[in-house]
Amino acid sequence: MTWMQYLAPLLKGAQVTVMISLASIFFGAILAFAAGIARTSSNRVLSGIAFVYVVLFRGTPLLVQLFWFYYALPLIGISFDPVTTGITVLSLLTGAFGAEVVRGALLAVPPAQLEAARALNFSKSYTLWHVSMPQAIIEMMPAFGNLAIQNLKDTALVSLISIADLTFQAQSLRNITLDSATVYTLTLVGYFMIALCLMFVMRFIEMKLRRGPAFPRSAHS
Amino acid sequence: MTSIIRFENVTKRFGALTVLDNFNFEVQRGEKVTLIGPSGSGKSTVLRILMTLEPFQEGLLEIDGISYHEPNGRGPFKASEKHLHKIRSNVGMVFQSFNLFPHMTVLRNIVEAPVAVLKMKRDEAESRATELLRMVDLYDKKDHFPSQLSGGQQQRVAIARALAMRPRVLLFDEPTSALDPQLVGEVLGVIRNLAQEHDLTMLLVTHEMRFAREVSDRVCFFDKGRIVEQGGPEQFFSNPQQPRTREFLSSFLGEQAPSRESLRRVQ
Ligand SMILES: Nc1ncnc2c1ncn2[C@@H]1O[C@H](COP(=O)(O)OP(=O)(O)OP(=O)(O)O)[C@@H](O)[C@H]1O
Ligand SMILES: [Mg+2]
Repeated sequence: MTWMQYLAPLLKGAQVTVMISLASIFFGAILAFAAGIARTSSNRVLSGIAFVYVVLFRGTPLLVQLFWFYYALPLIGISFDPVTTGITVLSLLTGAFGAEVVRGALLAVPPAQLEAARALNFSKSYTLWHVSMPQAIIEMMPAFGNLAIQNLKDTALVSLISIADLTFQAQSLRNITLDSATVYTLTLVGYFMIALCLMFVMRFIEMKLRRGPAFPRSAHS
Repeated sequence: MTSIIRFENVTKRFGALTVLDNFNFEVQRGEKVTLIGPSGSGKSTVLRILMTLEPFQEGLLEIDGISYHEPNGRGPFKASEKHLHKIRSNVGMVFQSFNLFPHMTVLRNIVEAPVAVLKMKRDEAESRATELLRMVDLYDKKDHFPSQLSGGQQQRVAIARALAMRPRVLLFDEPTSALDPQLVGEVLGVIRNLAQEHDLTMLLVTHEMRFAREVSDRVCFFDKGRIVEQGGPEQFFSNPQQPRTREFLSSFLGEQAPSRESLRRVQ
């Protein structure tokens, strides 16, 4: 087998990796906003639930979370297929870290902005979505970019609950060929190229948001 | 008596610090009142309480006959968001640091609240905003963002934004203190014109003494959370009764160079 022949299985794995990463970034972002907003809410129950969620997922290893959802949860009668489990756990983890980003950015909106909104009699939710969020979201983007890359790299662990992602394919290929150097070099290059695409997309979104005179670069970076 | 604002024995504390101690103060409908006084005397606190940006601990406060304490509300000093909404619909505020929304154009800064809060139709709100922008002489900047305007221009937009909500009471907290000296005049010009409006009640905190004398119906000197002396502007400035007032006014005319600058500027 030459390295060219390694490409087919590795590409198949890369597809799974990209799918899992994109899906869990998407659901993770939703969770991040939900939990991040809940954390800043004056409703104690809501912010309490969000706090527990964030602490639990930030404070435990991803691998153990995966095993718990994959091996322990079925024991109480709840079981999912590996891919659903992988996406769920990664979404929850990314969401927990993202929630802290959302919360931090919302808290960083100058209080004077909230007072102006109050003086104009905006409701709390209107203030959140039309005053705070548009200003905060730009501040979130660099951190979100890092989280997206982290998420991609974390997907490697789902190979351990028998998902045929890039890492899983690399492992099997190496077991057959014993050609560790070539297989793992190609795998590294594969992850790196996916990461480059992710970075590019996140940069693009940030620049889109930052474009125009509303947020002069000097004021932020 | 038709007082639109009535503080009755209002006490306001920040932790152990009592800023207002049994504070009594009334403003008549349409009256233009200026609050002056040393830093930390509680002038901003009075405005911020009126704008519902600060709660207070004791006493009674009414605006246009509505109590800040919700009748039969949750506890004596609390009010629901709905009640606060009703109170705020009477009041507008212009801040020292303008506080325009940086992500909205000038026009949207003004239109946003009438559409979102008063449920005004967008084109109706825009034609009213156009009127207001002409009034503050900034119609040509309507599609600019706040970061593209000078401080004086931003403050004029902020005044238009507050007026778009048609408040009965308009509060100004040192509206020119953050401005470069050469920009103060244009903002005072706009406020001077507003002071001609009979129905609008104005409460102004300022260090521009000459301007206060010119536009106020009444000047109140504030010290340590009390009104030490008040009166019509002529009598107040030409013949202050209290030693503390005289001391304060003379410090203004005396060694404080920037203040003298500002006095000369507004004549
Ligand atoms: N959020 C706060 N927490 C604690 N203390 C406060 C707070 N806001 C104001 N104070 C204190 O209350 C007092 C009155 O403040 P206030 O801002 O009303 O004064 P001021 O008359 O407007 O002064 P200035 O001319 O400097 O604006 C000051 O001693 C101030 O330190
Ligand atoms: Mg003040």
